[in-house]
Amino acid sequence: MPGDLGHTSTVCLGATLQAPVTWRSPDAHWQEPLRRVAVTGGTHGNEMSGVYLVRQWLRTPVDLQRPSFSAVPVLANPAATAVCRRYIGRDLNRTFTSTFLTSKATPDELYEVTRARELNHLLGPKNSSQAFDFILDLHNTTANMGTCFILNVTDTFAMHLCHYLQLQNSEPPSRVLVIEASEDTTFSVDSVAKHGMTVELGPQPQGVLRADLFSRMRSLVASVLDFIELFNQGAAFPAFEMEVYKFLGCMDFPRSEDGDLAGMVHPQLQDQDFEPVQPGAPIFQLFSGEDMLYEGDSTMYPLFINEAAYYEKNIAFMKSKKLTVSIPALPVLTPNPTPLT
Amino acid sequence: MEKPIKKIAIFGGTHGNELTGVFLVKHWLRDGAEIQRTGLEVKPFITNPRAVEKCMRYIDCDLNRVFDLENLGKKMSEDLPYEVRRAQEINHLFGPKDSKGSYDIIFDLHNTTSNMGCTLILEDSKNDFLIQMFHYIKTSLAPLSCNVYLIEHPSLKYATTRSIAKYPVGIEVGPQPQGVLRADILDQMRKMIKHALDFIHHFNDGKEFPPCTIEAYKIMEKVDFPRNENGEVAAIIHPNLQDQDWKPLHPGDPVFVTLDGKTIPLGGDHTVYPVFVNEAAYYEKKEAFAKATKLTLNAKRIRSSFH
Repeated sequence: MPGDLGHTSTVCLGATLQAPVTWRSPDAHWQEPLRRVAVTGGTHGNEMSGVYLVRQWLRTPVDLQRPSFSAVPVLANPAATAVCRRYIGRDLNRTFTSTFLTSKATPDELYEVTRARELNHLLGPKNSSQAFDFILDLHNTTANMGTCFILNVTDTFAMHLCHYLQLQNSEPPSRVLVIEASEDTTFSVDSVAKHGMTVELGPQPQGVLRADLFSRMRSLVASVLDFIELFNQGAAFPAFEMEVYKFLGCMDFPRSEDGDLAGMVHPQLQDQDFEPVQPGAPIFQLFSGEDMLYEGDSTMYPLFINEAAYYEKNIAFMKSKKLTVSIPALPVLTPNPTPLT
Repeated sequence: MEKPIKKIAIFGGTHGNELTGVFLVKHWLRDGAEIQRTGLEVKPFITNPRAVEKCMRYIDCDLNRVFDLENLGKKMSEDLPYEVRRAQEINHLFGPKDSKGSYDIIFDLHNTTSNMGCTLILEDSKNDFLIQMFHYIKTSLAPLSCNVYLIEHPSLKYATTRSIAKYPVGIEVGPQPQGVLRADILDQMRKMIKHALDFIHHFNDGKEFPPCTIEAYKIMEKVDFPRNENGEVAAIIHPNLQDQDWKPLHPGDPVFVTLDGKTIPLGGDHTVYPVFVNEAAYYEKKEAFAKATKLTLNAKRIRSSFH
């Protein structure tokens, strides 16, 4: 892996923050178009847009075909999907760490540990040159997040993809959530491939399939594949600036000594994902009637507000800050790519 | 003349992932001041604690479908589904069903993923006392709307947890996802209970309630999703019907859209009122929505017999 590294540059994260970014030099990786692309649904078995889309594509794959490649649909967690639950033993989307992936198989291990290894074999191995080029992972949330793309800020290809999606699908507007993770700290399905991204649509209850979100998800996947096709055909994608939300941390519900909820998301915060919250604004309403106020020292942008699956993870909402990132141009594919086989 | 009301129960957690009832009951078990009224015993109670603990609808089977006499009469054994054993325990505590000793009123608190707002569920169209109560609650809640759903039907009626009481009341508020607790929904359910208890208190105090009329929606038929040869859902609730619970649906209006984008319209020759549109828990019960008709229910004058 280190042998592939090209030169290093910087991605500007607002006025005060700069982070080093490494991408493969034009002499190595970008000679080749992206051929091995997977779209995963049902990573959480009760998030229905992705489940039904993957089922549809497994029957009629034509939507996933482009002239220079065909994307592979994958039902990531079939056992959880069969019983319409998020997971059987543990959250699959937290199991793609090298500890789990390289652990020795045991007969009593959790279903998702076995499955993560299978997916790593199918789509990876993670952090190797044989890994898939791109994984798009499809999710729903009970939070009012509209359309949200989640990706690693160091993945320049995926950042360009988001930019393209925002321009192509401007109604309704989408938001970009960036996380900063290195190859040692990623744990999600989309981190198995060389590049990846999660699409999160909400609000949708677990176990419910809404027609509006289903068709929006389907259009977004089509646009993702269109972008990859454009890149493969040698299109140029110049540098740009984009407003993003950078993940800062999580806030739990107020709880009593026995760990039970002591209050709820405040009515003024409920459904206000990505809207600014000032210090002193109400964030929780205790069962006793009082309001709990936000005690940070600057404007905070909340997201994943009141996501059902996060109660057990002790998360009432996540905090982010809004900033502008500058993304350098994508190296252009060489004019005569490898002939299609 | 009706006897005064003495024993009331408020059930939460009949479905363990419908959180409003769970948290209201837990709160009232710690601090019951809000639900006390003079001369009344009001007992909050979690009906399915194991499902609540796992935040699932049920462990083995739906608790809200097993309060029929056959299940209640089965010989107790470890082999029985958890919910059947639990139903028998609840029947001992708050019933027995159809006997003189059963609780007077049971309120069973539920949420739905459907956009039904505040809903009161009635099992008997001839029950003057409950029609009067529902009239009082609806009037007190206005302008917040509250609809009455009548599930009296020869084959579609089901044996609810609350049916062991003389006067069973279903309270359903949506939309709320399973496993989520919304402050606005909790506030609405809290108000419904408050007005219900106020009504009972006024009734016990000898207040006379003159004859009244309420609008209600009576279940006629359950409609499943169109499915493929493997039993998988092949068409989903059309965007025009999604979130439109209680609004009239006419023949020819879009009802479903196939996964390929083809619209399926409502057949038949009369207007229906859709209820429980796209309820998560009903996919496995093969119900995409229920068709109801609108009717009016009348109640005679009622007054407590001790005045």
